[in-house]
Amino acid sequence: MLRELTCAHLVIAVPFAAATVLLLTGPARTARWISALAFVLTFLLALGALGDVGEAPGLLFVHPLAAHLTVLTAFVAMTTSWASLANGRSTFDWAPLDQRGGAGYALQQCQLGALLLALLADNAGVTWIAMEIATIAGVLVLGLARIASWKVLLIAGLGLVLALFGTALLSLAAVTALGPGFASLSWSHLLPAAGHYSGPLLDLAFAFLLIGYGTTAALVPLHTWLLDAEAEAPDAVAIVLGGSILNVALMIILRLRSLVAASGAAAEPNSAIMTLGLLSLMMAGVSLWRRRDLRHFLAVSTIGQSGVAAFAFGVGGPVATFGGVLHMTLHALTRASLWQCAMPAMARKGGGSNFIDLTGLLGSDRRLGIALAAALFSLAALPPFGLFSSAFLIVVETVRRAPLLTLPLGVGLVLVAFALLAPLQAFSVRAARGDSERRVELAALIPVWLQLAVVLVLGLAMPGPVVAWFKAIASSNG
Amino acid sequence: MAPHFAYGTLADEIAHLLGGAVLTLSFVLLYQRRVRMMINVYALQASVLGLDAAWQGLMRPAVTLWLIALLTFAGKAMAIPTLLRRAAQRRAADHAIEPAIGAVPMLVLGVGIVTLAAAAVMPIGVPAEGPTREELALAVSVVLLGALMLAVQDHPAGRVIGFLSMENGFILAAISTPGMPLLVWLACASLALASVIVFALSWQAEADGAGQAQC
Repeated sequence: MLRELTCAHLVIAVPFAAATVLLLTGPARTARWISALAFVLTFLLALGALGDVGEAPGLLFVHPLAAHLTVLTAFVAMTTSWASLANGRSTFDWAPLDQRGGAGYALQQCQLGALLLALLADNAGVTWIAMEIATIAGVLVLGLARIASWKVLLIAGLGLVLALFGTALLSLAAVTALGPGFASLSWSHLLPAAGHYSGPLLDLAFAFLLIGYGTTAALVPLHTWLLDAEAEAPDAVAIVLGGSILNVALMIILRLRSLVAASGAAAEPNSAIMTLGLLSLMMAGVSLWRRRDLRHFLAVSTIGQSGVAAFAFGVGGPVATFGGVLHMTLHALTRASLWQCAMPAMARKGGGSNFIDLTGLLGSDRRLGIALAAALFSLAALPPFGLFSSAFLIVVETVRRAPLLTLPLGVGLVLVAFALLAPLQAFSVRAARGDSERRVELAALIPVWLQLAVVLVLGLAMPGPVVAWFKAIASSNG
Repeated sequence: MAPHFAYGTLADEIAHLLGGAVLTLSFVLLYQRRVRMMINVYALQASVLGLDAAWQGLMRPAVTLWLIALLTFAGKAMAIPTLLRRAAQRRAADHAIEPAIGAVPMLVLGVGIVTLAAAAVMPIGVPAEGPTREELALAVSVVLLGALMLAVQDHPAGRVIGFLSMENGFILAAISTPGMPLLVWLACASLALASVIVFALSWQAEADGAGQAQC
């Protein structure tokens, strides 16, 4: 039994084990260090799990995209935990978490473990349970006494139940081909046998699953939970892990797309996914201009970028999927950098997140201001940063495959890009008030620049092996 | 394929009857105006669902379905309504709920949703050993009616009950799907989600005292 244990198993087990240890840890300071160490260990094991790609070791299924997202999720969690370690103590605003020093950190480890389980699980039922655990852990970190966590629970819970119902229908659609039992929900069995399912039943299952997991991916119309979650999140790690849920949900949507597209009997899935993606992007393009609160602002932009990735998956084909996966990857890195800067920037004025609270940032803390501005540039998908090339790839492929949709896509991307530059004006205003707060540690900015460097390199000159890796991912799903 | 309604054995008909009762109770939930009554109707719906699971477990001898029945009785028909009543008491709000739309438009919408569910289910050729089309239509309707309730209720407790009745729709579909893997696990997990939501409701009630949670 032990011989069958792979890195893929360990990468899921370590965060849960760390969560158990952290629950028993009293002092918050010790807990922070244990948590950061566990993140490092998880990341190393995630790299090891790349060796298991294509295999399905006991109950898991290491799909190339799943392995890729495992590394990505573990990486941003690790760097963000470094940044918040350097920035000082994060507070959990809910008494049950604050009294027990380690409890909040334990929940975060639990959330990471559940996300990795959702990525690597072979069974769609296990995937659902893992997504549910990740959602609940994320909400508990916010604290149950808040209005925001209540709203998150209702909307995300609605999505989860729809996805659960869709999972039951999926099992029913597959039961004729795969027989009753475990196989009828196993991803590694479902995908190869796609031609044999009952078409209308698969359509119905897909509709429920798309709306359900689309909610978790923060796609319009059920996107509002992300705004509440990010407005109240206690630290950058919580926000980055919350963003990783979106990526996991997008991966599941891509998988379902391949499944439905491969089954000849079902209706084509692409237009529904493209519509949801495009609506999310347009919503972000319109709504960003009116936002004056940095937390809401960044949450709306995340919804827009999630929409771009979903749209790319909807366009279909290996090139668009390549673009979509690249977009997801670069956005996750950029987003992590942004929040790693935004958290200390907002802490300067006692947590105020309005743009007014951030005026003069470039003058009062140049290091932090420049890092934040660079991250915003990157998020706006402007060259030379990588998101430009992924967005460009998606647009080109849209021209080829769905030319009529190029116009709304282009308009959405441009609207989002310009809106994202608006806060820069506020930052660069000369500081009128005497800002004498402590400056951010240099060490806290190392992860920021590390991630931005990766985004830059992938935008300017993607190394050959990386291209081959992304191609392998795209062709395995496209 | 011409629409075909199967009239099966008496055992099947009793299962259909119980499934139909679950749907009827979803309608009854739609026009409730008092939190306490709403909780009672929900508890009744969960009991009927548990009875359905037990009946199906008896007809196709399956231990899983007995476990589901037990879970539904203990969790959904007893524990969750008790917690909900306590949360409602803490909130001191047994007064009338004003839904965003009136009872008649709500029921009309509900009928529309059931028609939609039936239309969506009609083209499906259901495998011989699976649930009949009618059972599937019932489950889809219960889920969508729960979603409707979640969308139009203003009162937090009303929304929670909408959510909970959606979950009942899932159980209704799952108990008539033979050999659905992980059924007990999924039912436990969904019950856990429901309890977190109910706990959140009572925390909210505690946080803002007698006031209303805005949502």
